[in-house]
Amino acid sequence: MREKHTRGALLGLLAGALALTVHLSWSANDPAPAPAAAPAKAAEGGKAAPQPGSVQLRAARTTADHSKFKELQQDFKSGPEVTKACLSCHTEAAKQVHKTKHWTWEFLNPDNGQKLGKKHVINNFCTAVPSNYAFCTACHVGYGWKDANYDFKSETNVDCLVCHDTTGDYKKLPGLAGHPAYKQMEFPPKSGRQVPAVDLQEVAQKVGATSRATCGACHFLGGGGDAVKHGDLDTSLKNPKRYLDVHMDANGLNFSCGTCHATKGHNIPGSRYTPTGKDDGGTHMRGKVDESNPATCQSCHGGKPHKGKQNGMITDKLNEHTEKIACQTCHIPQYARGNKPTKMSWDWSTAGKLKDGKPFTVKDSAGHESYATIKGNFTYESDVVPDYMWLNGKVKYTLLGDPVNPNGVTEINHYYGSAEDGKSRIWPVKIFRGKQPYDLETKSLLVPHTAAEYGVKDDAAFWQNFKWDAALKAGAEAAGQPFGGKFDFVKTEMTWPITHMVAPKEDALTCTQCHSRSGRLQKVEGIYMPGRDGKPWLDWIGWLAALGTLAGVIFHGGLRIYLANRKAG
Amino acid sequence: MSGNSTKIYVFKVFERIWHWSQAALIIFLLLTGFEIHGAYANFGFKTAVIYHTTAAWTLVGLWVFAIFWHLTTGEWRQYIPTLQKVDAMIKYYLTGIFTNAPHPFRATRLRKHNPLQRLAYLAVMLAIGPLIWFTGWFYLFYGSWADWGMDKYLSLEWVAFFHTVAAFMMLVFLIAHLYLTTAGHTPTSHIKAMITGWEEVDAEEPAAPAK
Repeated sequence: MREKHTRGALLGLLAGALALTVHLSWSANDPAPAPAAAPAKAAEGGKAAPQPGSVQLRAARTTADHSKFKELQQDFKSGPEVTKACLSCHTEAAKQVHKTKHWTWEFLNPDNGQKLGKKHVINNFCTAVPSNYAFCTACHVGYGWKDANYDFKSETNVDCLVCHDTTGDYKKLPGLAGHPAYKQMEFPPKSGRQVPAVDLQEVAQKVGATSRATCGACHFLGGGGDAVKHGDLDTSLKNPKRYLDVHMDANGLNFSCGTCHATKGHNIPGSRYTPTGKDDGGTHMRGKVDESNPATCQSCHGGKPHKGKQNGMITDKLNEHTEKIACQTCHIPQYARGNKPTKMSWDWSTAGKLKDGKPFTVKDSAGHESYATIKGNFTYESDVVPDYMWLNGKVKYTLLGDPVNPNGVTEINHYYGSAEDGKSRIWPVKIFRGKQPYDLETKSLLVPHTAAEYGVKDDAAFWQNFKWDAALKAGAEAAGQPFGGKFDFVKTEMTWPITHMVAPKEDALTCTQCHSRSGRLQKVEGIYMPGRDGKPWLDWIGWLAALGTLAGVIFHGGLRIYLANRKAG
Repeated sequence: MSGNSTKIYVFKVFERIWHWSQAALIIFLLLTGFEIHGAYANFGFKTAVIYHTTAAWTLVGLWVFAIFWHLTTGEWRQYIPTLQKVDAMIKYYLTGIFTNAPHPFRATRLRKHNPLQRLAYLAVMLAIGPLIWFTGWFYLFYGSWADWGMDKYLSLEWVAFFHTVAAFMMLVFLIAHLYLTTAGHTPTSHIKAMITGWEEVDAEEPAAPAK
């Protein structure tokens, strides 16, 4: 190992010397979020391994040193000022961003006409955006969205830096309506912790391509914290090792999010609102117009991805499996595999308890919040075995005004799919279970007003006063919903297809993990699986016949021996 | 044992090789097959599938040889069914065998199987065999059903069902067959014959069993 490292370091130095302008972080231990490290620094890591050509090419591809641009050599006072400078060269960028979900937080599902997007969806994590704009829009690719009257036409309100930062210093704080800290401030409020002012000039001069760190700044932290929401996206993917994600492996293929979510004109493909349940389109070819989702496994690996080294019979069999089984099912054996437990349940109904008149938190044995006055009860899990279901890409949400099921479980989103429709594959999913407020009269989910703008005293905000009535009233008003004042809590489930944290092939599921009586796909219907299925009555008859025959011949033989012995005796 | 016995050469070299390799393959196929069926765990599903498939193709090859051999040598006639003396055989197994009565059937080179054997082996070859081969074939080529345009008419569930039915039938046959090998002139004469080719038989034609 030591020899390997030394050789790796030497190669690293050599590569660094050759590619003078290459900025790569090669150290898996580097806590900085993926970005820029000078070549010399890369060698310090001591773990530099020979890099695949693709990694060097990508880093060496840029032809512009933004620190040399006069437009960026100014003392920016705010984000929009930086954007103005960006747009002076990248004239179309803001117009492109304006058309995306990242900007509008709105998406019209072409399959069923449902209006989705963060603006409209109610989930069972922090639930909903309306009435909480200034807080939630810390993850909006824009500045200043603090109420329902936001100007979606403004080009300078587009936030370029949140996606194109390479320093890791640019952080949008919840409560500031999408702005970073322009001056040093206490954050979270009353925490005593100080957040320094961001150096906008520095950040602007070091912009670059998006990275796992920039996408992850929101997508790793969805649901209010690291690893909370997705289960297959968390900060362990900033610099993952090979076992965690074979493509994003920081010392290997080192994919960024954009490698798969190959983006044209800022419109990022690959979405849970219209997922690709089954991609039969084959690999994407250069020069060939292909509007299908480039983020599927098949868009690179094709429909028969398993190749030869092992038994050819098994190779063929595995390639037949791709007809019905999503790649993810075998190749993501668990989610939350990066030592970051993901939230599995969230019970809002217990929120609001006070100890000595004050909010409090309780930690579980692993040190994670299992109760918080502001949010209720949680459970977490690591290395979670997914649930599995047929998925054809069609989704229906339970939106504001849609009826809930007060006596059972309400599906926040329902994924369609079946063995018969020819469009589905069996996918791994995370099922997140919640309990959240609904209106007893309209039987609709409610939007709680939880968070206020930074520094604003807001009696209706649940996180300030812990009063459901006021919070739900304010939320309903902001969401434009009637609210009679009577509410209760309903059980909800939200389904999240698992598609990241792809393990190396040697860690894929073995056949027996599904092909057995109590395997992983035990609950998946509509398909006959050898080893799992059969007709119990046939087995009964078969084994009885075999045992009966055995008993018959034992009796027959025993009688022969007995009679022969008696005769001999 | 009885002194009045003689030996005749019943099973030729090919037949013996065929029989024992077939026996080994069928037992191995039962072992791996029931693992694939989920009845127990031994090799692991993947290995069981590889072994099962390999053994199945080997058995197919063996059968091709065996069919060719039977046709060219005329030995296929050994399996022409007859009801003659079937009642005597059944009676022998039910009573005579316990009283050391003479075996009602005397094997010769031209009639090496007793009438019950003929029926049983014919059933294995014409019922269990085809059932297992056809279902096994479709099972193996499950991935090609769509290409053959047959995916509308077949379901893996029923293909597997009949494959399993045939497997149980084969298992029942195997148990009965193993035991009945001891029911010859002496308990070991059938087994010895299948190994050496020479079968020990009664010296004279057996008397007709008492009615």
